[in-house]
Amino acid sequence: MRVMAQLAMVMNLDKCIGCHTCSVTCKQAWTNRGGVEYAWFNNVETRPGQGYPRQYQDQQRWKGGWTLTKRGRLTLRSGSRVKRLLNIFANPDLPTVGDYYEPWTYDYDNLLSAPPSDTTPVARPKSQITGADTTITWGANWDDDLGGGPEQISRDPVLAKISAQVKLEFEQTFMFYLPRICEHCLNPSCAASCPSGAIYKRSEDGIVLVDQDRCRGWRQCVTGCPYKKIYFNHKTGKAEKCTFCYPRVEVGIPTVCAETCVGRLRYIGVLLYDADAVLAAASVPDDQDLYPAQLGVFLNPHDPRVVAEAERAGIASEWIEAAQVSPVYQLIVDYQVALPLHPEYRTMPMVWYVPPLSPVVDVLAGTGHDGEDAGNLFGAIDALRIPVEYLAELFTAGAVAPVRAALERLAAMRAHMRRVNLGEPARPEIAESVHLTPAEIEAMYRLLAIAKYEHRYVIPNAAAADAHRLDALASGCSLDSDGGPGMTAFDAADSKFHLTASPADTNGAAAPVDKARRINLLDWDGKNTDGLFPPVTANGAEHVPERTR
Amino acid sequence: MTTLLWLTVPYVAFTSFLLGHLWRYRHDQFGWTTRSSQLYESRLLQLGSPMFHFGLLAVLGGHVLGILVPASWTAALGLSEFAYHLISVSLGTLSGLATVAGLAILLYRRITVPAVRRATTRIDKVMYTLLTAAILSGMLNTIGGNLVGGGYDYRATVSPWFRSLFTISPHPELMATTPISFQIHNLLVLVLLAIWPYTRLVHVFSAPLGYLTRPYVVYRSRGGVLPPNARRYVRAWDVSTRT
Repeated sequence: MRVMAQLAMVMNLDKCIGCHTCSVTCKQAWTNRGGVEYAWFNNVETRPGQGYPRQYQDQQRWKGGWTLTKRGRLTLRSGSRVKRLLNIFANPDLPTVGDYYEPWTYDYDNLLSAPPSDTTPVARPKSQITGADTTITWGANWDDDLGGGPEQISRDPVLAKISAQVKLEFEQTFMFYLPRICEHCLNPSCAASCPSGAIYKRSEDGIVLVDQDRCRGWRQCVTGCPYKKIYFNHKTGKAEKCTFCYPRVEVGIPTVCAETCVGRLRYIGVLLYDADAVLAAASVPDDQDLYPAQLGVFLNPHDPRVVAEAERAGIASEWIEAAQVSPVYQLIVDYQVALPLHPEYRTMPMVWYVPPLSPVVDVLAGTGHDGEDAGNLFGAIDALRIPVEYLAELFTAGAVAPVRAALERLAAMRAHMRRVNLGEPARPEIAESVHLTPAEIEAMYRLLAIAKYEHRYVIPNAAAADAHRLDALASGCSLDSDGGPGMTAFDAADSKFHLTASPADTNGAAAPVDKARRINLLDWDGKNTDGLFPPVTANGAEHVPERTR
Repeated sequence: MTTLLWLTVPYVAFTSFLLGHLWRYRHDQFGWTTRSSQLYESRLLQLGSPMFHFGLLAVLGGHVLGILVPASWTAALGLSEFAYHLISVSLGTLSGLATVAGLAILLYRRITVPAVRRATTRIDKVMYTLLTAAILSGMLNTIGGNLVGGGYDYRATVSPWFRSLFTISPHPELMATTPISFQIHNLLVLVLLAIWPYTRLVHVFSAPLGYLTRPYVVYRSRGGVLPPNARRYVRAWDVSTRT
């Protein structure tokens, strides 16, 4: 047994309203630069839909992830090492920018600089690739909310696996959002594809990163990743990807996408796993066994033997403690309501999803049934075979049973909690029917529905302690070392992330010096005018407070 | 003049080549890339790029055989001058034609595809001009000099001159009598070598042969990312982050 720790994420799809806040804040933080205009480390796609880039799930075409050889050995779908080196001069399986979408901006300047004319000047769209006038024909979420209708939706590669008759019915009943980031896989095929060895998995937290100095732009990783979450920066000629916001999680705060999620649907925590078991688990012959096989790789952090092995492997006690209260472990292992995205790619993804029950509830309510009744819900999950089959294609390589089990647990939670909230007598058989106790259901409810910040994000402090050192190195001066002329400079990480009320916190430097005495109009009672206007000096001139730093 | 062209110029070019690569490797790891344009356009690239690169690799192999290996060595192996000539002209013409055809497709693509054209920098243009001229002049020597023109035994002049540069006993006078087309080809290649480290051609030296033997998944410790007091690389691509 070789214990390793992994920071993992779970997203509760029932709560996603498709607002794209995660995408936008991620873009502002990470890809708001030239060369990656088209790249969204976090994107939200409507299912059913083509996804981003278009039809990325069609691995017959894009050759992402792993596959098994005839002899049952794990190999990259894009071919052997030799074959891939021979393809290095032109990657036959590389999406071009048109498969994502051609990024554009608008000629806003024309609105101001156009000469006087009879017509109103317009801001024409300009391609950010060629700089020329362009016509916008696709975007990262073009088919949002089933936009484009059946013509676009029917190109969904996942839908193609379900029969035609099912499709029609499906389109009338079912839609949900799927936010996606890099999966930070246990068996990352992007890293395995990189000829230069520039993509690596961090041994402390499992985050998969691209070393920008070692990347040589061979672009094999773009093909290797079946989720198409590696992007080629066409200006720098280097690959870029989601970093799990490592500068943030290192100091114990959640990723930007999780922090800004309006629906509070993301969970971040530590999982311990057996690195020696990954290869065997990723090599099981039947695709549908991959989900249980991956569950088998995770280690129980409460088991004293696991704790002892983890300590022996040099995992900090803070990390082991975090793993023991990890919300991600609870959702994946304890309640088994979270499922991996496309386990059949054999990369052992580490961003998991609680499948959405609300479409089922909506259908029930729409047909006049009680959408909170356990019996109705259980029946509907089975009767609404189509959504379950679709979800199974996404999360369990087509195996319906685990998806149904997860949905039934969510349904049981709804039914149980309604009885609790209405003061009706408890019916323990509801909990029993999904192999949980009422207490467990209520704990699951607190985690999923109340979802307190500190319960959603359990990111160990050990990372923070270490990151202080690293951050000071990255942003500090080489003269700051012990005894050096700059040694008075103290930890820069503190003030940067406002972890402490540090005197170096210059965040308020732009505010007027008398800000504290001013009236806040948001809660002004309308009576007292002290501080409403600048003080008047003796000669009648307004006193302008001096700004000091 | 002979000394300048065939003694000074080559040594200046070699110095620039060596020191330039050393400097670039130490200070511009971030800029060391193929700068692939496949994201913009894939169809023409898939046609031209393998043809060009594999052709060029064969051409390079031919140069090693013809320039670096002395005629006496191949003769010792029992390869007659006629046989060598036959091999070099036939394989050389074949790989040369593949290279030229691939290059033509790539140049056509670079000029006509707007996105690719826009991504072409000034040093790219200089490099492409020199590279094209060097390849075409070399092609001219092989086809015009050896195939049509009855043959010129460069292994008696050019090759010994080139090798003599490395033995610190240079013989620039060997080049004085060579045909002008060979002189031009040599000079073009020397200038190309001189600017090599400052262009995207550096990607030749990151040919990822280690991929064949390394484990699939690379693990690295967080501590290993930033060594204490490491000098940050100069970010050549983004002026605003320069310190």
